[in-house]
Amino acid sequence: MKRSLLMNFSVDRDKRAIHVEREFAAPVEDVWAAWTQKELLDQWWAPKPYRTVTRSLEFRDGGIWFYSMVGPQNDTHWCRADYEDIRAPETFGIYDAFTDEKGNVNNEMPRSRWKIDFRSSDDDSTMVHIVIRYDKAEDIDKIIELGFREGFTAALENLDAIFEGNVE
Amino acid sequence: MEFRRDVFQAIADPTRREIISLLASRPANVNEIAARFDMTRQAVSLHVKVLEECGVVRVVRAGRERRCSVRPERFTEVYDWLDPLRKMWESRFEQLDEVLQKVRTTKPKKS
Repeated sequence: MKRSLLMNFSVDRDKRAIHVEREFAAPVEDVWAAWTQKELLDQWWAPKPYRTVTRSLEFRDGGIWFYSMVGPQNDTHWCRADYEDIRAPETFGIYDAFTDEKGNVNNEMPRSRWKIDFRSSDDDSTMVHIVIRYDKAEDIDKIIELGFREGFTAALENLDAIFEGNVE
Repeated sequence: MEFRRDVFQAIADPTRREIISLLASRPANVNEIAARFDMTRQAVSLHVKVLEECGVVRVVRAGRERRCSVRPERFTEVYDWLDPLRKMWESRFEQLDEVLQKVRTTKPKKS
């Protein structure tokens, strides 16, 4: 039986944060493994049509995941995630960056700090809550505007009530 | 100078966002809105005018009263604008669902 899984997604520009929450139909240790082991990460991390190729991954505080996302024309984007605040299997943080092919951080692109929390819920499912924080409001604009309309400055959470259809 | 009059212009200002939030919970007239903010009736009136011109608030005039309500359908533009980012996460998580399914079926059963 396939049931629909909850996903919440919101952008809070004032707090310079993106929130993503999603439920997974698997026990917490499996979900944790999928987020922290390179063999598994390589199978899902990059959004289609990209694929993930891990160069190295050292999962410990101060350790680094160095990988690339490769597109259909073999266009390659190098990235790294520096691990911090690991408390298995409940939470870990990463400080992400785009890099060159040697892993040197590209400071022209915004960096963000992620906190990923795992919470076991009923019937063997797991809730994952991701908060991605940017240093500057401009950074979040840059990320959001990639491919979208420019100039948007709303705190969308304030507008949730409208989307939920409070119509007369 | 010509101003943009669309949903993005409407919500670019924090006071206007608050007015929209207020009206989303229930319609109100200009005096009622002014009572909720530390600003003059004239200032509120101006914001309401912008919101009306941007098409996100409907103003119905009945005698001296101006009744304001939100037009939620106008905000689909904002929703659509964020949609690609949301879709990126959905696609990513669908791939993760498949990985988790695989992990589960290959794992030796606990006795």
